[in-house]
Amino acid sequence: MSISRDKIEQVAWLARIQLEDSEKEALEGKLSDILGMVDQLQAADTDGITPMAHPLDATQRLRPDEVTETNKRERFQAVAPETQDGLYLVPRVVE
Amino acid sequence: MQWETVIGLEVHVQLATQSKIFSGASTAFGAEPNAQASAIDLAMPGMLPVLNEGAVRMAVQFGLAVNANIAHRSVFDRKNYFYADLPKGYQISQMYHPIVGKGEVSVNLSDGSERTIGIEHAHLEEDAGKSLHEDFQGQSGIDLNRAGTPLLEIVSEPDMRSAEEAAAYLRKIHAIVTYLGISDGDMSQGSMRCDCNVSVRPKGQTAFGTRSEIKNVNSFRFVEKAINSEVERQIELIEDGGQVEQETRLYDADRDETRSMRTKEFANDYRYFPDPDLLPVEIDDDYIDTIRDGLPELPDAKQARFVTEYGLNADEAGPLVQSQALADYFEQVAGGSGDARQAANWIMGELARLMNQNEVAIQDCPVSADSLATLILRVQDGTISGKLAKQVFEALWNGDGSPDEIIEKQGLKQVSDSGEIEALVDQVLADNQAMVDDYLGEEVAKKQKKKFNALVGQVMKASQGKANPAQVNEILQKRLDTKG
Repeated sequence: MSISRDKIEQVAWLARIQLEDSEKEALEGKLSDILGMVDQLQAADTDGITPMAHPLDATQRLRPDEVTETNKRERFQAVAPETQDGLYLVPRVVE
Repeated sequence: MQWETVIGLEVHVQLATQSKIFSGASTAFGAEPNAQASAIDLAMPGMLPVLNEGAVRMAVQFGLAVNANIAHRSVFDRKNYFYADLPKGYQISQMYHPIVGKGEVSVNLSDGSERTIGIEHAHLEEDAGKSLHEDFQGQSGIDLNRAGTPLLEIVSEPDMRSAEEAAAYLRKIHAIVTYLGISDGDMSQGSMRCDCNVSVRPKGQTAFGTRSEIKNVNSFRFVEKAINSEVERQIELIEDGGQVEQETRLYDADRDETRSMRTKEFANDYRYFPDPDLLPVEIDDDYIDTIRDGLPELPDAKQARFVTEYGLNADEAGPLVQSQALADYFEQVAGGSGDARQAANWIMGELARLMNQNEVAIQDCPVSADSLATLILRVQDGTISGKLAKQVFEALWNGDGSPDEIIEKQGLKQVSDSGEIEALVDQVLADNQAMVDDYLGEEVAKKQKKKFNALVGQVMKASQGKANPAQVNEILQKRLDTKG
């Protein structure tokens, strides 16, 4: 299965990645190869096999509902590009 | 054409855990911005989420309360999108294997009918942070205290057929989560938020119409209004030859209309996949059974008990069980006064009126249950008349003291001294000779009774409402009989 240029651009936009035209071309081939591999996998007969939700044969450990964290805001914000009144500042987002 | 409305609700309930769903940061309300945002909540590199058992337990409690299947195995997925208040670039949610499966709740409607609304599933997820857009010179300020707060998203079946049903369903969900104590359910603070999926179809058609989704409706009243205005818009659109678009809309309460937020072209593609940082959650029957054994009495059961134990009818009991606090208050008043019907009448009448008028919740009500019980007793034992009881109640509301103090201070004690009442009656008869003649001359029994009542009214007025009405009736009748 091959992937279209449009699709590449859409996926890049969803991932917020900026691509040069030359990169798009290279990715067309690479992603098409990956999809080809997925096609092969999908051709396998999986009737009667329980879908695998996770590759590890283990289950989630649960943590007791307790507050264990203290306020480390100063340390976190020391590495933030910009802060004000305890808030992280980012380029304006408008709904 | 006759149209039918189809509604499904997605309700987000903030769970009342101490710590966040995947980190040990506090979820307490009102902290300084970002004081409760840990490295995990901030998506610092290398951080791993660890699931909070309290959130799992609360989800199971809810599932059991709505008779749902509890999944022995549930899986967390990543919902990918970019927004400044979502540092990881994805929200951890449960897309394919939610913890709570199909369930149902029943709701009572104003016409006395009962409807069952299906719950498609409920899943656990994390909340995002908050973006503030004012005061930052072209920038936005981000507060991540709320990021990672556990949410239970409850998705209904498209089973509701009117805005009233949707509001009743939302109230029932609210009652259930607050009874369970798994959320404070405060819609004004965003602890409970609601998205409404609305479509219309010609009556009799089985296929659904195209739906729109109204996002983030934040009060019971707005849910009804938003749905009604959206239904009206869709019907008008179709009748004018247009088509409803599948889109997200916002409800503008000031203009009472919904408007488009984003259309399909910009529809999000969330690219869900299982979160490799989290393993499948497995819970066993022992865990579920222990939770089931610890469930409190829920609204439906309480309503049924109020009917059998206190002799109320379902319509009277329904509003009383809407909140645990109100139900407790009722039981205290009913117990203290020994008169459940009067307790219900007072609570749903005067008390509800003053609470609405002053926007006060039952928890902050200035009239204690004991005071109200005493007041009911004072009417019962004849200390005050039912009419003046309202005056006492208002004084109680205003914090003027105990019922007995108020009755004493304001001189509201009912006059039951027959000598005193006889004197009042004689005075009224002497002052109102015309009314007396009118009464004596009337031959139609029904009309005569009316004229008699007018005289009773005069006596009550003369006593400033304090005369015992039964005695007034008796003495007045005797006096008039001797005249006639």
